[in-house]
Amino acid sequence: MAKDITILGIESSCDETAAAVVVNGRTVLSNEISSQIDIHTLYGGVVPEIASRKHIERINQVIRKALETAGKTLDDLDAVAVTCGPGLVGALLTGVSEAKAICFARDIPLIGVHHIEGHISANYIAAPELEPPFICLVVSGGHTHLVIVRDYGEYEILGRTEDDAAGEAFDKVARAVGLGYPGGPKIDKAAKEGNPDALHFPRGKVRDSRYDFSFSGLKSSVLNYLNTEKMAGHEISVPDIAASFQKSVVDVLVSHAMEAVDEYHAENFAIAGGVASNSALRAAAQKACEERGVRFFCPPPVLCTDNAAMIACAGYYDFLKGKRSGYDLNAMPNLPLK
Amino acid sequence: MKILSIEASGQVAGCALVTDGVLTGEYSINFKKTHSQTLVPMLENLRRMTELDLKTLDAVALTEGPGSFTGLRIGAATAKGIGLALDLPLIPVPTVDSLAFNLFGTDALVCPLMDARRSQVYTGIYEEKTEPACLLPACAVPVSEVVSRLNSLGREVIFLGDGVPVYREQLREELRVPFLFAPAHLSLQRAASTAVLADLLYRKKGDACYVNADDFRPLYLRKSQAERQREEAEKAGEMEALAAGRLVKEMALKKETMEEDAR
Repeated sequence: MAKDITILGIESSCDETAAAVVVNGRTVLSNEISSQIDIHTLYGGVVPEIASRKHIERINQVIRKALETAGKTLDDLDAVAVTCGPGLVGALLTGVSEAKAICFARDIPLIGVHHIEGHISANYIAAPELEPPFICLVVSGGHTHLVIVRDYGEYEILGRTEDDAAGEAFDKVARAVGLGYPGGPKIDKAAKEGNPDALHFPRGKVRDSRYDFSFSGLKSSVLNYLNTEKMAGHEISVPDIAASFQKSVVDVLVSHAMEAVDEYHAENFAIAGGVASNSALRAAAQKACEERGVRFFCPPPVLCTDNAAMIACAGYYDFLKGKRSGYDLNAMPNLPLK
Repeated sequence: MKILSIEASGQVAGCALVTDGVLTGEYSINFKKTHSQTLVPMLENLRRMTELDLKTLDAVALTEGPGSFTGLRIGAATAKGIGLALDLPLIPVPTVDSLAFNLFGTDALVCPLMDARRSQVYTGIYEEKTEPACLLPACAVPVSEVVSRLNSLGREVIFLGDGVPVYREQLREELRVPFLFAPAHLSLQRAASTAVLADLLYRKKGDACYVNADDFRPLYLRKSQAERQREEAEKAGEMEALAAGRLVKEMALKKETMEEDAR
């Protein structure tokens, strides 16, 4: 039997400082996440300079904890995989610099990983039987991508958002109705008490494109509705707005995704990213897949949020392909998925 | 005593190795490439060129700040990573202490000036006669403040640092004491100065100059813009507006490069 490959993953692209030890890409020995969410909540969103400062304060402890929980030392590692983009440049730099220093000091191979590739790979951890090809919808605070995963590390992007990311729309609407940050879970919760058909908000369409997304029109429509009601002195129902807004987002996401599933005769469909934790999205995607006899995959919330296990997993498949990064690896805030 | 030092607090990226008080090697690049691209490759070159067995190191020294926030963090994460990987302590040195130590054996005072933007300099006042002595520790102040301090001290002063070209004219106008500007090879952050200063600190204080790599934090000398706005909001009773995202401008709703001024 081949030797086990043990990889330390490091993730610091936004407001979670995370480290994980993963064996052979799919067995998670530890998955430590130090969240900064409480401090950013005070400001109503992620403040980049504060995020960077917090990463520096926490990174060694988080890595130590990940090794300790896994019962491993640096001697046991075959590689260190680190998120090198996209994300907040200052935040990314902490993880990238730390990973490079560890690899330099211990002569361990270094692998720079694309953050979205990490999110997609979370599905490999959650579903050991899942293998490419499949179609994946990646939805988070910074990203909305509809992707064909042809093979490990080989992607074809079918569609993406041309303005706001889905998670960003959640954050902005949550703010506008006074639910605060982070918008995703707060809207999800409020929506459970509301009627999703109480209000009709538009389903964003992008001209000449079947798979691209647009959420800014929807967001404006919610803001306009709020203004109009306020001017008229009407009381608003936050649960109804949350439920109706969420339905509009989910409808668009799932209908675009299913159009791709049908067109490409996909047998497997997966969702990934922070918004993949949204209960309405999970339910709607599952239902649509069941109707088509397509297998549906969805990581548990701890693997949907930014985490390092997914980075170690993506790094594992890069490792098998012989991909290595140099010590000049930089943080790439706008790194495209290839 | 073997000390590896790291410099990333300003435009200079560098590293140096001091072995039992001897400067074994130094790299220094003052170029526009980011430290992220140059620092670890330099360390790797230094390791190879000096045939350094990293396991024989005793400590990692670095300029802890003040300086460019991003640069300080690249240096800090690099030092912390090496510290974690090799179980080494860090010896942090204030950037201005290291800069002042570029000069030695002079009767004049030494005054590093780093451009801190927002009309301020990171500075300090030092004697470097027979051993380094600090008269004004690292601070962020308008240049006129350090000038008036120097005028009242009434001694000759040598300026150095990247703040010199920015404030040269103002210094000429406002100084009432004799002054000099250090030449280019002495004027910028040098990893060698940091390493030798760290070595000196260890000789004087022993382990007391060590900081655990896990606990180390950069010395920013400044709160972030958002933290200042938060304090104002607290005073004005506007915490709700803050939490609604109405006060802080540089918010990253999108994962874009909306980084705060790098200093």
